[in-house]
Amino acid sequence: MSAAGNIRLALVGSPNCGKTALFNLLTGSRQKVANYAGVTVERKEGRFNAASGRSYAVLDLPGAYSLDAASLDEAVTRDLCRGFYPGEPAPDVIVCVVDATNLRLHLRFALEVRELGKPMVLAVNMMDAAKRRGIEVDLAALERELGIPVVPTVAIRRDGAEALVAKLDGVAGSIHEPRGHMSAAAMVDPDALHAETRRLLSLAVTMPRRTAEIDDTLDRWLLNPAIGLLSLATVMFLIFQAVYAWATPMMDAIDAGTVALGEFVGATLPEGPLNSLLVDGIIAGLGGVIIFLPQILILFAFIIALEESGYLPRAAFLLDRMMSKAGLSGRSFIPLLSSFACAIPGIMATRSIQDPRDRLATILVAPLMTCSARLPVYALLIGAFIPQQQVGIFNLQGLVLFGLYVAGILSALAVSWVMKKWRRDKGEHPLMLELPSYRIPHPRDVLIGLWERAWIFLRRVGGIILALTILLWFLLSFPSAPADAVAPAIDYSFAGRIGHAMTAIFAPLGFNWQICIALIPGLAAREVAVSSLATVYALSAASDEAATAALTPVISDTWSLATALSLLVWFIYAPMCISTLATIKRETNSWKQVGIATGYLFGLAYLASLVTYQVAVLLGAG
Amino acid sequence: MDVALKLTELPRRTAATVETVEDLSPNDAIARRLRELGFVSGERVEVMAAGPFSAEPLLVQIGFTRFALRRAEAARIRVVRAVEQAA
Repeated sequence: MSAAGNIRLALVGSPNCGKTALFNLLTGSRQKVANYAGVTVERKEGRFNAASGRSYAVLDLPGAYSLDAASLDEAVTRDLCRGFYPGEPAPDVIVCVVDATNLRLHLRFALEVRELGKPMVLAVNMMDAAKRRGIEVDLAALERELGIPVVPTVAIRRDGAEALVAKLDGVAGSIHEPRGHMSAAAMVDPDALHAETRRLLSLAVTMPRRTAEIDDTLDRWLLNPAIGLLSLATVMFLIFQAVYAWATPMMDAIDAGTVALGEFVGATLPEGPLNSLLVDGIIAGLGGVIIFLPQILILFAFIIALEESGYLPRAAFLLDRMMSKAGLSGRSFIPLLSSFACAIPGIMATRSIQDPRDRLATILVAPLMTCSARLPVYALLIGAFIPQQQVGIFNLQGLVLFGLYVAGILSALAVSWVMKKWRRDKGEHPLMLELPSYRIPHPRDVLIGLWERAWIFLRRVGGIILALTILLWFLLSFPSAPADAVAPAIDYSFAGRIGHAMTAIFAPLGFNWQICIALIPGLAAREVAVSSLATVYALSAASDEAATAALTPVISDTWSLATALSLLVWFIYAPMCISTLATIKRETNSWKQVGIATGYLFGLAYLASLVTYQVAVLLGAG
Repeated sequence: MDVALKLTELPRRTAATVETVEDLSPNDAIARRLRELGFVSGERVEVMAAGPFSAEPLLVQIGFTRFALRRAEAARIRVVRAVEQAA
């Protein structure tokens, strides 16, 4: 809720106009990310105080090419600008952001916004890039012709929004509704909008050439059929090697910290259930999850940087044909790439796919992308079973990890292809994707993006995972073993009984009862499977020394290679994340789709693991 | 000589001017969006490149912007090859 006296700004603009960078510059870390009421479109709000002492609440509206909405995002922007959005107050001032290097496209949208007749300021962004390219924009002429205040902004410079804030401060109380230059009938006529855009351009803009030379050169190489695909493969491969190599020192530090904290708490508190809950349940469980934050952050740093640089749409361009053959679209690439970090933001990112069929297909296969929550499981199993050796210039462990990623991708393409054939769909599904100018990502935008992702991940850790860790600890600790027990205490617990019962179903896959127990909490979030295994083995260990020993030597001693491979394959497919299923429900608003996703993923997981285990045993890995 | 072509028939890196965008069906949403993106009569248009598989999609320069368009989308756009200017 904005306090009385706050001025509500709404930032609007076409995709790639630098609107979010401007939003980050204005509000810094004072941002709140949520959803608009009733829909799953992301709502970003922030606030800032101007030098005058006046405080502003800023809403970063979804990017739109037109108010004649073609997607849910654009509909939200349209309704909010008009002040019709339920539960959202109408903005006091609309700040329409346009890219100075892309005015032909963006001015048309600005004219459309102006026709709403709301108080409005035009921010001509990326004035620095325009200057470098020799583009001259006569802001005074624009201001005169448009009849609204026009200010220059440079979102990547610290003082780049000063002119905007000064203008808002000066006129915020007195910005009048613009006088329309065109009749209401002209508004619906696209030709009139284009004619007016052309008139403004000829009056106010001189451009030595239509495109940036650097874009032409980069596109010639990066979109070249051979070199482009090779570059894309190289970029992806480097990302995965970096995630594996760079994260290790940070993970070791977190691990050491968790162990030290556990020992300290264990030694300080008296023996008993509380000590056990804190050390074996909460500290060990949470530590085993937070340890993977470095990998998530490194992966997201790459994804955000690629997105900011303008390379991601190029990747979509290169892959569109292949993906549309498989019943997806080039636009699916970005959501699917995000799903490598987590399927939840990935599925939420499918909102940028306007076509309903492409969107649904992307949502259904997104869980097959190897999300970061699987990395803990993969890292544990690869570390324990795959020897640390060089294969040519590559690390064998890295190669196996790469293979698991590839298996997920190929399965996703196969599944979406089958879905396409199943539907026998003949309709047309558009691409129409803008390839923006290349840009050097600004550290501020990458850091704010990373902070949001880390916060989302940690909130999940804090909520669902903590609750489950405690539940699991309870299942593992009660009922306690009788005084004359010969077997380990866990055999008498609820968890032991459930795990033993499950082995009847999972024995053909080579899963022992410890794995079966870990699969239960793993249903809520895959990464919990690792902390659960740690808990299971720590509690069933005979001594304190064994309990604090790392999980790696334990499983490499007690599991066969066939079991490890089978579990790796299981995690490629298994629908092991209730949060993902909940997101699918929210995004499709259909329990049927949730059922389809769960059913096919479970079926694939069981079948693939069964084949892997049985073949591995036949080959002598049992 | 003015010859109207589909954008898909235009050779790469050849300057042309948009004549019109055709609706393939009544209220063609794709055609409407193409017009909003700047494919309107009189705009300079050029096909810059094509994707690596089956030459799909096309990289199309319109105004100051580049778009990836599938052939089915680009085929809605009628263009006229630019006459070589003396100046």
